[in-house]
Amino acid sequence: MKCQQCEKPATFHITELTGDTPQEYHLCENCAKSYLTQNEPAAPPTPTLASALAKQLKIGQAAEELARLDQRSCPVCGISFYEFRNQGRLGCPHDYVYFERELTPLILNIHGETKHIGKRPKRNQEGTDKHTDLIRLKREMQDAVAQEDYERASQIRDEIRRLGG
Amino acid sequence: MNAVKLDELAQRCGEWLRGSGPQSDIVISSRIRLARNLASFPFIRRCSEADRTAIEKTFRDAISQVEGWKDLIKVDVASLPVVDRQFLVERQLISRELSDASGARSVFIDSQEQFSLMINEEDHLRMQVMHSGLDLESAWEQINSMDDELDERVNFAFHERLGYLTACPTNVGTGARVSVMLHLPALVITQQIEKVFRSLQKMGLAVRGLYGEGSQAMGDFYQISNQITLGRAELDLVKQVGEVIPVIIDYERQARSFLVKESRKDLHDRVSRAYGILCTAQTISSEETLHLLSSVRMGVNLGLIQDLEIPTINKLFIHTQPAHLQKLRGVQLETADRNVERAMYLQSHLRKSSGPPAADN
Repeated sequence: MKCQQCEKPATFHITELTGDTPQEYHLCENCAKSYLTQNEPAAPPTPTLASALAKQLKIGQAAEELARLDQRSCPVCGISFYEFRNQGRLGCPHDYVYFERELTPLILNIHGETKHIGKRPKRNQEGTDKHTDLIRLKREMQDAVAQEDYERASQIRDEIRRLGG
Repeated sequence: MNAVKLDELAQRCGEWLRGSGPQSDIVISSRIRLARNLASFPFIRRCSEADRTAIEKTFRDAISQVEGWKDLIKVDVASLPVVDRQFLVERQLISRELSDASGARSVFIDSQEQFSLMINEEDHLRMQVMHSGLDLESAWEQINSMDDELDERVNFAFHERLGYLTACPTNVGTGARVSVMLHLPALVITQQIEKVFRSLQKMGLAVRGLYGEGSQAMGDFYQISNQITLGRAELDLVKQVGEVIPVIIDYERQARSFLVKESRKDLHDRVSRAYGILCTAQTISSEETLHLLSSVRMGVNLGLIQDLEIPTINKLFIHTQPAHLQKLRGVQLETADRNVERAMYLQSHLRKSSGPPAADN
């Protein structure tokens, strides 16, 4: 059998199963190589964080709304949505709660799901509020120290101790 | 103690290039990592140095309580010289991110080099388990029980609906990355590798080079891993990656037998030339070394080279990398000097283990 694309003998017999019906190709080594490496319509690239963010922000968010969104910052760790967009990293566990509305479509875009299935911590979760309070208080204490408000800092420190941090 | 322990490691090959385990002619290693964060600290980017130190202490205390973890090697990455950090990256015991970051950070390594616990990486804790060959199920069992040990002692950030919370939303949920490192020289030679990648991407799997994100596919090594971490159970992720690997192995084997059948002379020539250069070069870069060792490795697997063993080659893959070479020589070397040292190292080890190359045929 001759190659379908040139005169050389066909040594490759390819059955392409990706279309609606199976297609057979009989090709020589060289033509087969170029067939196999030809630029197929590229697969939709798996969404990266950056592209998912860009897409989400393009859809339906006017500039001013975006600006307002960017200003919002987490009451626990202080990160603004703008900082998250720039760095691609969140500031604390509470961001998932505080920025839920913004993050949900993003997460759906990346994972195609919004619900965890799988392992869970075995020990009783003592409620995450206590932990987020600790993160917030530690930040407030640092701020107080930075402003040399040592009375306030020591009050906060006592509160942190009370929570077991 | 770090320096001594690291020097001991340098003499050995490490788990990931041990060259044993199922399908080890093509599958180098199976690896699973879990990302975890402590509930009562901000994520790393928002951590003060005091936070980082406190996180380190929390994990150090927890780890010291675990039965069977008494002999872990604890390495304070922050105080480690650059060459030692690079050395740990080359052995895949720490990530580039942990190596290059600043501030308090450390790693705990077991003496078999099967697992490591990175503290203050992108997440507070990144733990990984690495097994030679295709061995994902038992790697999962091991890392699952490691996670249980720590879960008994610290509070991980966990959300009822979203699962384990991570600094980057791409890891949220299970926080699990399941990856298999493959050696695919024949798919590269026959130019089919791109096609394989495209189909993997369609299946939601990621393909990376030897050293993970953004690294080149050096030495024809490729890591295949899950992209999605949310909405699937860990064992499903293991299964998803595990099921596709035999298919790729099969493609690689077909490509190899095609090369042997259709262009044996060319293949044998390529392999023998690679072997010849490695045995006789006077100066050689690590990229060229990886490239040539890749051909030689395939040549040994196909019986085209008979006087070399796979473990010898695996050892050369790791020992000829920049930081390893310097650790083994015990001196710091500039690139040009390294290239000379590398050539000498290759010569002495290839000639020691064998006669002159390619006398057969």
